[in-house]
Amino acid sequence: MTQATARPLTPYGFLLPALLVTATVILYPVAQTIVFSLQDYLLYAPDDARFVGARNFLAVLKDEVFWISLRHSAVWVGGIVFAQLALGLVAALLLNQSFWWRGLARALVIIPWALPSVIIGLMWTWIFDFNTGVLNDVLMRIGIIDQPQAWLAGPRSALACVMLALVWQGFPFFAIMILAGLQTVPKELYEAAEIDGASAFRQFVHVTAPAIAGIVATAVLLRIIWVANSLDVILVMTGGGPGYATHTLPLYAFLRAYSGMEFGYAAALALMLTVLLLAIVWLYVRRQAKELDA
Amino acid sequence: MSLRRSALQTFVQVEVPVLLILAFALAPFAWMLLTSVKPTADLALFPVRYLPSRLTFEHYAMLIERTSFAVNLLNSLVIACGAVLLGLATSVPAAYAFSRFRFAGRRQILTSFLVINMFPIVLLIIPLFVLMRKLGLIDTFVGVIIGHSTFSIPFSVWMLVSYFNAIPRELDEAATIDGASRLQTIRRVILPLIMPGLVTTAIYVFITSWNEYLFAMMLSGQTVRPVTVALQLFIGEFTVQWGLLTAGGALIALPVSILFLLVQRRLVAGLTSGAVKA
Repeated sequence: MTQATARPLTPYGFLLPALLVTATVILYPVAQTIVFSLQDYLLYAPDDARFVGARNFLAVLKDEVFWISLRHSAVWVGGIVFAQLALGLVAALLLNQSFWWRGLARALVIIPWALPSVIIGLMWTWIFDFNTGVLNDVLMRIGIIDQPQAWLAGPRSALACVMLALVWQGFPFFAIMILAGLQTVPKELYEAAEIDGASAFRQFVHVTAPAIAGIVATAVLLRIIWVANSLDVILVMTGGGPGYATHTLPLYAFLRAYSGMEFGYAAALALMLTVLLLAIVWLYVRRQAKELDA
Repeated sequence: MSLRRSALQTFVQVEVPVLLILAFALAPFAWMLLTSVKPTADLALFPVRYLPSRLTFEHYAMLIERTSFAVNLLNSLVIACGAVLLGLATSVPAAYAFSRFRFAGRRQILTSFLVINMFPIVLLIIPLFVLMRKLGLIDTFVGVIIGHSTFSIPFSVWMLVSYFNAIPRELDEAATIDGASRLQTIRRVILPLIMPGLVTTAIYVFITSWNEYLFAMMLSGQTVRPVTVALQLFIGEFTVQWGLLTAGGALIALPVSILFLLVQRRLVAGLTSGAVKA
């Protein structure tokens, strides 16, 4: 509907401020990361950086910690997204039923999602605390464990504990997305299914599931990307330890940059993560891009 | 299927499970608040003492009087407001252009705003730190605010495009016929109509910026340190002082939780509308 009076350059004028800032804070840094990844760039000696070609990437592939972190990332993403989806789906189905305090329940369930990751890390660290943590207390009272466990210091339990915190933070997102999908299902479909004598389970499989499949797929893609990139809760709760027990790929890249100051190597790690995620991003963007023609 | 349930059935099959889920969702938060008002002696007990022996605000008082926390709160406020201003000032015209013009590259540019929102933070944070250091913007409000525009601009553009699209174009045309210039049309007709969407987007950006940790940690120093970074440093400094830490957590989390509850209905509608249509 472009107005007849619009000059061809007008839209670009409107876009200019956003494009300028975005180019400065995103495009330029991404280009820089690619350059860094080809150098032995050390933060404390930036002028000594030399071009080393693919050496950083080859070193990454030989780096045992990279493979440990990659394995943890796979467990991390798979476990968290699956648990968030399962819990979010149950929550959404329940919150779609009618009961008198439904509005309040819908509002309150989102709270974990609004909280800062530092606070999430802090409150869960306190719950898992070895000496006076409430989790040890509860589990001992109901007789599941005999003596306090060092949850976050245990190489076997640490990753699962941090994952629990992430599941807690993210399941409300699934709940509200799926709830929005459920609300688009016409009531008549359920009535018709009921007249046909379909059980609640069959109603879910034949009416509910197809209706929310699209929104669930979108939410899963979005979450995979988000969870795969997230590192701040781990950083706060364990810093990647004990040992490498809670190292994931973005955390490892961050630690090499922040503690090791090896920006070249960290840039190579960050690029590997990006490439691994590219397929998921592409799928997500393709789904969302349908919107553009609306 | 919800029509036939008796009150008792609803209670057992729906309300009890919902209560359990809400307990899971709210318990850690409630536990933090409860911890923050217990006297220090209570916190050293194991088995745990659940209810405080007396209510106390000593941790809050100590946090405000003995640490830099009040200044950090103020820093966070300045940064979040700055992020909102920079985000909206750039995104409103951009979203207007995406909604009202058809031009070469429109689709590609709009898609790239979506893609850059997906980039790993670690990919951006390293060179951004080097860039800010070159520009002398480390530990300045401007530096952190610009850092936060990495997420505020792409997000705001996408939210606002859908709000702009919801306003019928006939209104623009009617205003033009009445002799209004483009800028007059935007100011008098369109902006008032998207005000609710604008407010929702602003609040979301505010919350995200207030909550943000990694950019703030890399780009701030002592001068402009926001609360999230300060609290994380306290965790290192006061390891066993859980009263102090949870009081800090409560002071950071309460404002955003309240803000979030105020706008949650509209925000959820805005965030999910795109996904529902797709």
